[in-house]
Amino acid sequence: MTPDRVSFRLPTPRGLGYSFNRVGRIGLAVILFWAVVAVFGTWLTPYPVGKIVDSDYFSPMSGSFWMGSDYLGRDMLSRIIMGAHYTVGIALTSVTLACTAGVIFGMIAAVIGGWFDTILSRLLDAFNGIPSLLFGLVVVAAVGSSIPVLVLTLATIYAPGAYRFARALAVNVNTMDFVTVARARGERTPYLILHEILPNILGPVLADLGLRFVFIVLVLSGLSFLGLGVQPPNADWGALVRENIEGLSLGAPAVIFPSIAIASLTISVNMFIDNLPTRIRDRSE
Amino acid sequence: MPASLNLYALIAQRLGIALITLVIVSFAVFFATELLPGDVAQILLGQAATPQAVAGLREAMGLNQPAIYRFLHWLVGLASGDLGISYVNNMPVAKLIGDRLVNSLKLAGVTTLFAVPIALGLGIGAAMWRGSIFDRVVSMLTISVISVPEFMVATLAVLIFAVWLGWLPALSYGADVSSWATVLRAYAMPVITLGFVISAQMIRMTRAAVIETINTSYVEMALLKGASRRRMVLRHALPNALGPIANAVALSLSYLVGGVIIVETIFNYPGVAKLMVDAVSTRDLPLIQSCAMIFCVSHLTLITLADLIAILANPRLRHR
Repeated sequence: MTPDRVSFRLPTPRGLGYSFNRVGRIGLAVILFWAVVAVFGTWLTPYPVGKIVDSDYFSPMSGSFWMGSDYLGRDMLSRIIMGAHYTVGIALTSVTLACTAGVIFGMIAAVIGGWFDTILSRLLDAFNGIPSLLFGLVVVAAVGSSIPVLVLTLATIYAPGAYRFARALAVNVNTMDFVTVARARGERTPYLILHEILPNILGPVLADLGLRFVFIVLVLSGLSFLGLGVQPPNADWGALVRENIEGLSLGAPAVIFPSIAIASLTISVNMFIDNLPTRIRDRSE
Repeated sequence: MPASLNLYALIAQRLGIALITLVIVSFAVFFATELLPGDVAQILLGQAATPQAVAGLREAMGLNQPAIYRFLHWLVGLASGDLGISYVNNMPVAKLIGDRLVNSLKLAGVTTLFAVPIALGLGIGAAMWRGSIFDRVVSMLTISVISVPEFMVATLAVLIFAVWLGWLPALSYGADVSSWATVLRAYAMPVITLGFVISAQMIRMTRAAVIETINTSYVEMALLKGASRRRMVLRHALPNALGPIANAVALSLSYLVGGVIIVETIFNYPGVAKLMVDAVSTRDLPLIQSCAMIFCVSHLTLITLADLIAILANPRLRHR
């Protein structure tokens, strides 16, 4: 109990204020699980994805078919594993595109300001006035559905929101002294946005990316459920629900498990984001 | 805020923005459907697309005119109620949409009628007993409903009410209007599903609005001078939270647009959304354009309404 004792703390995540609480950890675990399944899915499927392996259809869970079989007698577990590939892959690509574009333009608009900012903001706000599922429907109606079209459409739908969010954050950072100093030094816009603004808004932007990921998964599943998303013979989780909707009145696992897969992914991302350490989430404040 | 921005100026500005948005939205809808798919005449003729036939049809449909001219023509037609002719069955689009629109509005209306009071009750209750079991259960349920796609809420509702409990018919929509009971049964599943989807948003926003008012010092004062928790919320906090709550209601109702598309498809309900989804699979572009515009206009109206309510409900803007 000597007063001059030096207190020593290891720089653990907890010590630095980056630790997650239990709900956040559960969320993270589920997210990592689906990430692994999505990446290594091709090698994990117990049966070939498109092959009819069960003589019965909508069969219940059993030792050989852990999640039952679908409306043609294909193994559900294999199809859900491949579904993760499409759902997570498409959603992640679109959200990355949307947020990259949105955040870059948001930062540029905040730094440049003036008419560029006004016009871009008004235009993208107008874009926000279109309901997302509807926009997807219209584009798919016009150009037909394929995976690149889906990725670009979903990215277009969610870029304006990312822009708005990043711009609001960047405007705050833009008024800080260190930005004024950098500007006085004669730094150009690319330097300003990459070295002064971006590091200071990165945490909230990543949290926003997670939430947008959830929205994209929801819209993608919705589109696929309507038969306008991922086309057969491929299927994401939404398409799996659509394919097997006939089994609903039988209470078949073929329609229940894809739904559980979607819900587990979206709910755990929400749980994870909600329980992010405040150091990351509200870094700009 | 500059002093010149009084109440009327703000309202006028908001309406102006809505109008500009509408023009941009219609522009986007028109060009997405007219320019992206390539030659409409080619698509329409399909197998019979000889060069002469294509040229003739292009002439007859006015496709040789510049796109901007066609856009203006379409816009003027839209504004005067002329929605064009369906590609698929040559019927006027307005005629195809007419009854369907009434059906969709009925569905939306009935859902609103049920969902709003229930959602407000639950939202205000959750705010009043914040942190209690009731609040936590309501919050968890709303987050779950928000995190899953609309069609899952629908499938769950079917699973519970039709398969397990056996109260209601599952996926059938008979246009049987012979008695009140059958009408009620036919409407029940779509309304329940849609109600869940929009109430979840409404409950969350209402709860947040009321809690924000509870956190102000004058409400705390009411509690300190001895008002009960109930009186504090209902008499002191609620009147001031009415504006944000009305804003939340209008904003949540805009989720009806997305919800209706899924719900009508699942339950085979003969509304505009079902019509549009069918039109997408037959690529009936004029029909899609009109349906899309109907949805965009209703979405935009609700969002603008929410903004206007927020402006009107702020008494600080009233006396300048």
